[in-house]
Amino acid sequence: MKTISLDGAMVPLAEGQTVMECALAANIPIPHLCYLPGFAPHGSCRLCTVKIDGRFASACTQPAMEGQHVEIDTEELRQVRLSLLRMLFVEGNHYCPACEKSGSCRLQKAAYDEGMLDLHYRPWYPNRQMDASHPDVLIDRDRCIFCELCVKASRDVDGKNIFGISGRGIDTRLVVNSKSGLLADTDISAQDRAVEVCPVGAILVKGRGFEVPIGKRLYD
Amino acid sequence: MTLAWDKKMACAAEHADLLIERMGNNPLQILIATQKAFNHVSDDAICRVASALGLPLSRILGDVEFYSFLSREPLGTYSVLMSDSITDWMLGSRELFLRLCGNLGVSPRVMRHDGLATVGKTSCTGMCDQGPALLVNGTAVANLSDDRIDAISRLMEKRIPLAAWPDEYFHVESNIRRRDWLFQDWRGPILEGEALLQEMTDAGLRGRGGAGYPTAKKWASCRDAPGGERHVVCNADEGEPGTFKDRVLLQHCAGRLFEGMALCARIIKAKKGFLYVRGEYRYLEAHLEALLAARRDADFEIELHWGAGAYICGEESALLESIEGKRGIPRVRPPFPVTFGVHGMPTVVDNVETFCAAAAIAAGGGREFRSLGTAESCGTKLLSVSGDCARPGIYEYSFGVSVDRILEDCGAGNVLAVQVGGAAGNCLDASEFGRKICFEDLPTSGSVMVFDRSRDMREAALNFSRFFAHESCGFCTPCRVGTEILAQAMEGISAGRGSGEDIAEIGNLGSILRASHCGLGQSANRAVLDMLRKFPEHFERGVN
Amino acid sequence: MIRLATCSLAGCFGCHMSFLDMDEKFLALVERVEFDRSPFTDIKSVGKCDIGLVEGGLCNEENLAALKEFRENCSILVAVGACAINGGIPAMRNRFSMDECLAEAYLDGIGIENPQIPADPELPVLLKKVCPVHEAVRIDYFLPGCPPPAGAFEVLLEALLKGEKPVLPEKLIHYD
Repeated sequence: MKTISLDGAMVPLAEGQTVMECALAANIPIPHLCYLPGFAPHGSCRLCTVKIDGRFASACTQPAMEGQHVEIDTEELRQVRLSLLRMLFVEGNHYCPACEKSGSCRLQKAAYDEGMLDLHYRPWYPNRQMDASHPDVLIDRDRCIFCELCVKASRDVDGKNIFGISGRGIDTRLVVNSKSGLLADTDISAQDRAVEVCPVGAILVKGRGFEVPIGKRLYD
Repeated sequence: MTLAWDKKMACAAEHADLLIERMGNNPLQILIATQKAFNHVSDDAICRVASALGLPLSRILGDVEFYSFLSREPLGTYSVLMSDSITDWMLGSRELFLRLCGNLGVSPRVMRHDGLATVGKTSCTGMCDQGPALLVNGTAVANLSDDRIDAISRLMEKRIPLAAWPDEYFHVESNIRRRDWLFQDWRGPILEGEALLQEMTDAGLRGRGGAGYPTAKKWASCRDAPGGERHVVCNADEGEPGTFKDRVLLQHCAGRLFEGMALCARIIKAKKGFLYVRGEYRYLEAHLEALLAARRDADFEIELHWGAGAYICGEESALLESIEGKRGIPRVRPPFPVTFGVHGMPTVVDNVETFCAAAAIAAGGGREFRSLGTAESCGTKLLSVSGDCARPGIYEYSFGVSVDRILEDCGAGNVLAVQVGGAAGNCLDASEFGRKICFEDLPTSGSVMVFDRSRDMREAALNFSRFFAHESCGFCTPCRVGTEILAQAMEGISAGRGSGEDIAEIGNLGSILRASHCGLGQSANRAVLDMLRKFPEHFERGVN
Repeated sequence: MIRLATCSLAGCFGCHMSFLDMDEKFLALVERVEFDRSPFTDIKSVGKCDIGLVEGGLCNEENLAALKEFRENCSILVAVGACAINGGIPAMRNRFSMDECLAEAYLDGIGIENPQIPADPELPVLLKKVCPVHEAVRIDYFLPGCPPPAGAFEVLLEALLKGEKPVLPEKLIHYD
């Protein structure tokens, strides 16, 4: 049997598995945001950064190979993850107390897990466009982390291809495939997988107001 | 807006249809042509291109908002982009930029009220040996001076078409200062196939783009990879600040380049090749088109593909995305291009210099190539030398040449620092000038920028950090956000309002940037860290 | 006696309310610390203190001056709550210009009588952007939450009074 070392634990690896898949199968947690089983690994958030034989790599995209030595829970990597989370928070506008997703947000949960208490960097307070044009679904771009899960889910699961990514660098933005650029002019529905997969509060179903009490939410 | 302007806009969308008809199905090339014809890509044009090609709108919009030479907002009749490389700064480009804005009465990046001109900045245009330089409607003008800026301003005010501007403005020097193996006229019997691969292996040819992968091994892997149609791609997207050797090779050795690509094509059984040239070298279009038209090779066609202002497309997998007409986001690797390249098919991607060297080896240059250089780095390397020296230009040396020797030959005196490998490279101080250009010591795509003792290295650090923030594709968190944080910290230090924490932060960012998706982010603070370590006194000036 | 100061800048005093939610433990705390400037004492300016707790972000010149005074006088300065840490709800005005904000609040908003923008010289000048406290001064510890739970104040002060570095258990870390 082929094995891979994850923080010293020898874990079996199957042909074609990534390091992330090996770790998940062995119940060894590697923090991640843009990775979601069932979708092609993306590798953009870099939260699953590990050290493989001394080199940084994203666990979700890296093929697992016999004899690899993978470091996950080291002080150096904890610092990297903490910094990445802070970066995601400062580049957007993340006001958790005012966010419907709070308590069920994967970004927030990841930050709790890493013990993030402060932003460290200067927040940018970007001015991003909200799209409230659709009767049932809302886009709050302030919270988008460009994981592209909605892009893939809409295209590959819903068969609607509603979302895309445009821009470059810090001007990267989530865009909508309609002439007006507005969600109202698409056939999105609140039941779409694209809505459900959003790990943060960037794509929300309208008409719900803090339905689940604090203490009972997904990650409470 | 004038009536004429409105009319022009109205026909822009129709014109987009014509361009689609004429230019086939590559969205990026169509958008570049649209930009050229109408000084912008209107929302209507975006819709038409998308529907004509059967692509989602976001694909086309994504291109327009990704490539910096494309614009959704109309630009002036004259769109001027001043080259913003550190070597341009050293030659006074920032003052000339203000002078031009003043002459025309425009604010940076804002079109003049009468639609005459838009003046902005762009990353290094590859004219470092004859800067400062600018691009006007995509065409390079070098050797800028106060007088030339004033003259250009007058031509623009009189709305004189570019074709009627003095030829000398568009003259680009080659400045080949030292010729060696590559510039020799190799004319032996041409080796092909397995014999050529063996000769390249024996000669020790490694990729000239900087990474140094053995070329024969790459070609053989591609040949042996499963898959249908194969492609040969030449990467002439040299965007590394301070590099301009590909420009000179395209000017002087394009024939040999095409030979190299064709030799590769015959080995891997490719019928189609792409020459991806950075948009900054658009002035070479007629020259390259003519040479391509004169080629007589029915079995292997080479298509010119233009970049549009995106440094990241020099990264080979981003370049492949760009060839497919997408935003230049580097791919997840593996798979590598040899198995999964253009449209997912096995593809060889090599640098201009590598294909030229392969062709020279095929024509009998192998034995001499092997005899030159060092154990790990055979043959010669073209260096693009710029900055504070008497004779900037192209120098060909055997690998293993010392920095000292280069400085002596190019007439550099009183040298403080040498930046080898461009913004992503290393900054050397005087104690390191004995180091050698080769894969074992200083691997480089060939950029050598010289700084004399009058220079403040904060300027270089600021320039490089801004460059990376501007050129980050935005895909991954550490690079998208980290390069901007780095640039903000350097801006503070340069403006004299930095703190010790800013300096500490630049150090901390190192390990985070190394978690980036590709080499751009991973190397984004390498030079700045070198400068901080080697010239701390320059940075302390800016810290409270 | 350990001296403790607290203040609320651009905040809602919710963090202070949560601090009081320690209930009977607050009585034990006042045995061990003496309050300097704080809404609990109504002392208006801060003297030399061991610990300063700052609630709220910076939205005007007065906030900035108070924060700097706290930093100068407190050996340990703690940013308390979401607003101090990332600007919080007040920072949601950052996407609008100052003119837009003032017009909405004092001129065009619903139900406004006698619309006028207040210009009393006593009023502190607004900052262009609301920002977190770590942008202006060095902060030693952070207590996230909107508000931080009473238990978080306990953990923080317990550790600081012992001269230790506070470590919040994961269940006390939340941002809402």
